Amino acid sequence: MTDTLTPVLTAGWDQPDSFTLDGYKRGGGWQALPKALAMEPDDLITALKNANLRGRGGAGFPTGVKWSFLPQGDGKPHYLVVNADESEPGTCKDIPLMMANPQVLVEGVAITAFAIRAKHAFIYVRGEVLHVVRRLRHAVEEAYAAGYLGQDILGTGFDLDVIVHAGAGAYICGEESALLTSLEGFRGLPRLRPPFPAVAGLYACPTVINNVESIASVPSIVANGADWFAGLGTDKSKGYGIFSLSGHVTTPGQYEAPLGITLRELLDLAGGIRAGHRLKFWTPGGSSTPLLTDQHLDVPLDFESVAAAGSMLGTRALQIFDETTCVVRAVLRWTEFYEHESCGKCTPCREGTFWMVKVLERLEHGRGTEEDLEKLLDICDNILGRAFCALGDGAVSPIVSGIQYFRDEFMQHQKEGGCPFDPAASTLFGGR
Amino acid sequence: MPFSDDVLARLDADAAQIIARYPRPRSALLPLLHLVQSEEGYVSEDGIAYCAEKFGLTEAEVTAVVSFYTMYKRRPVGDYHVGVCTNTLCAIMGGDQIFAELKDHLGVGNDETTPDGKVQLEHVECNAACDYAPVVMVNWEFFDNQTPESARQLVDDLRAGNQVSPTRGPARLATWREASRILAGFGDGQATDGPQAGPASLVGLELAKEHGWRAPAPEHLSGEADRLAGAGSSAGSGPAGSGVSHADAANPRPGPSLGKESS
Repeated sequence: MTDTLTPVLTAGWDQPDSFTLDGYKRGGGWQALPKALAMEPDDLITALKNANLRGRGGAGFPTGVKWSFLPQGDGKPHYLVVNADESEPGTCKDIPLMMANPQVLVEGVAITAFAIRAKHAFIYVRGEVLHVVRRLRHAVEEAYAAGYLGQDILGTGFDLDVIVHAGAGAYICGEESALLTSLEGFRGLPRLRPPFPAVAGLYACPTVINNVESIASVPSIVANGADWFAGLGTDKSKGYGIFSLSGHVTTPGQYEAPLGITLRELLDLAGGIRAGHRLKFWTPGGSSTPLLTDQHLDVPLDFESVAAAGSMLGTRALQIFDETTCVVRAVLRWTEFYEHESCGKCTPCREGTFWMVKVLERLEHGRGTEEDLEKLLDICDNILGRAFCALGDGAVSPIVSGIQYFRDEFMQHQKEGGCPFDPAASTLFGGR
Repeated sequence: MPFSDDVLARLDADAAQIIARYPRPRSALLPLLHLVQSEEGYVSEDGIAYCAEKFGLTEAEVTAVVSFYTMYKRRPVGDYHVGVCTNTLCAIMGGDQIFAELKDHLGVGNDETTPDGKVQLEHVECNAACDYAPVVMVNWEFFDNQTPESARQLVDDLRAGNQVSPTRGPARLATWREASRILAGFGDGQATDGPQAGPASLVGLELAKEHGWRAPAPEHLSGEADRLAGAGSSAGSGPAGSGVSHADAANPRPGPSLGKESS
C-alpha cells in the first residue's frame, strides 16, 4: 500500500539550501547522471517508455515515446527544449520547483539530452518570475563548475551546453510549437503539424520539448528504476505528480502524491473548504480543463478517470471555488484571458474569443437572454477542434462546462438584472 | 536621441555575449530587447533600431516582435512596475478589490505611471503563484498573500523609497531596469538570497513528514544498475533526490537492471 503523499520532487524543499548543488547532492542528487551515461542512449529511452511517464505539462503524452520519435543518425543537430513557460491559469507547480530545486531539472536535462543525442538544451522560462530566472541560471552555472555540463562530461566524451532563456510575456508560448517559434526570435505563433517537433522543431531540426516536471522526474526514474516509477499511480497513469491546491481551501499549497488521488482525499489533507463554506466548482488541471463540481469529489485524478468525468487531468492545478463565487464572473474572466492571449493567427480563436467576451459581459450584467447561452455554445462549437492550436480548445472549456452545470445561475443574472453575488464575500480578507 | 558612444560600447559588449550563447543569432532577439529595455526602462525607437541593426532586420520586423510580448513596454516605466494578478483565481480571492483600491489610491489607471515616475500599475495574468493568492508582483518579484491594506502600504513604501522585500525573492528589490538586465541574461549576485520555498510550497511535504509518508524505496539499490553507475553508496538512502532515509531500504532486493526490463 503506497502512502497517501509521496514526496520525491518536493522532498528536499524544506532544506534552506535545497536550490544549491550541495543541497541537492546531500539528498541523493546527481547520482542518476553517471548511471545514465554508463548506459546506451536507446536503453534510456526504453527505460522511460517502460516507466510510462506521461507528460506533466497537461497533454499527458508518453515521454519515452516522444523521445523515440527523433530520427537517429540523420546528421542534423538535435535539441532539447524544456517548457518552463508555466502560465496556464491555476498552474503553480513548476515555478516553486525551479525556485526550490532547479538542480533536479538540470540533472534531468543532462540525462535527457544524452538519451536523445542533443548537445544543446534550452530552458525556456517565462520572464515574469525574476527570482526563478536567477535560480535557474545559478543552478546551470554550478552544474558547469562541477563538470555535469560543458565539454566531456564526467570524462565520457559527452558535450552539452544549457541555455536559460527568459520569455517576454505571452501565454501562447506555452504551446510547444509557438514556444519554438519564439525561441527562434519571432512572434510566438503556433505552427502547423505535421511536421512535429521531433522531426522539424527548433531551427527545423529534430527537437524534444518537455514540461519542467516531466524532465525533473527523469533522474528519479533512472536512479530508482522504471518498475519503481510504474509501481506508483494507477493502471494507465503511472508515477507521482505535484497537485496544486488553490482558492477557497483552508491550506492551499503543493501536495505530491501518486496519480489517482481524489479531490476528497486532497481536501482532507488541506483542511477542507474554508470554514463555514462548501465546494461549488473546481478545475482539475487549470482553466483549460472543463469545470467539475461537488459530484466529482471521488474521481481518481488520473488521465483516464478525469477524462471519463468529462474533463482533463491537465496540470493538476486544482482551483477551488466555494458557494460565494459567481460562476459567470469566473467564466467571463477566464474568457477575457483567452481573448487577450489569443495570438490572432486563426479566425475561430481570434474572433470567437472576442465575441464570447461580449456575450458573457452582457450575461454577467443581467442583460443576457436564454438565446445568448445558445449563441455561446454555438461559438464554442465553431472553435473546438477548428482552432489552429489548443488555446482555442481551452477557451471553450470553462464556458461549455459552466453552462452545463450552472445554466440556472446564468439566467438568474437576467431575472435579477445583475450579478446576485457579493464579490466581497469571496475574498480572502472578507471584503468590506 | 540615438545612444551615445559610451552606451553603445556597453550595449555592444553585452550583446556580443548574449548572441554568442545561441546556435543561431536571431534567437538572441528577445534577450536583446530585454537588454535595451534595461538601458532606457522601455523599448524605444532607438532600442528597436539598435536590435534591427544587430540582426540585419528591418525596424518593422523588430517592432512586430516587440508588440507581441506584453513585458516589453513602449513607454517609460517608473522604477517599479506593480502588477496585480486579476486572473480568475486571484481576482476572486481579492485581486479585483486590490487593483481597484490601488488605482484609486495612486490616482492612475491601468498601465499608467504615477506623476513622480515611481510606480507603474498594471493588472497582470496568472503568475503561477495561485497558492499564495491574491498575488502582487513588483518588478516581477513575488509579493504573496496581499490585502488592500498591505498593497497600499507596499506602493506607499515604494514611492517613499523605503526598502521593501519580496515574499519569495532577495531582500533587495531590483529596480525595473535591473530586472530587465537579469532577464537579458546577466546575474546580479542575488540568486542565493531569499528563501528556498514559501510556506504554501511546503504544506504537503510537512504533512508527509508528520505522518511518516514517503515514496516507496526502490528495490534494486544494490542491483546491477548500481554497479553500472558505480553508485553503490546510495544503498540505505531513499529514492534519489528524496533526501529521506528508509528503514526498508536497508534490506534491498536485487532487481533487473534499468533499461533492460520489460514492462
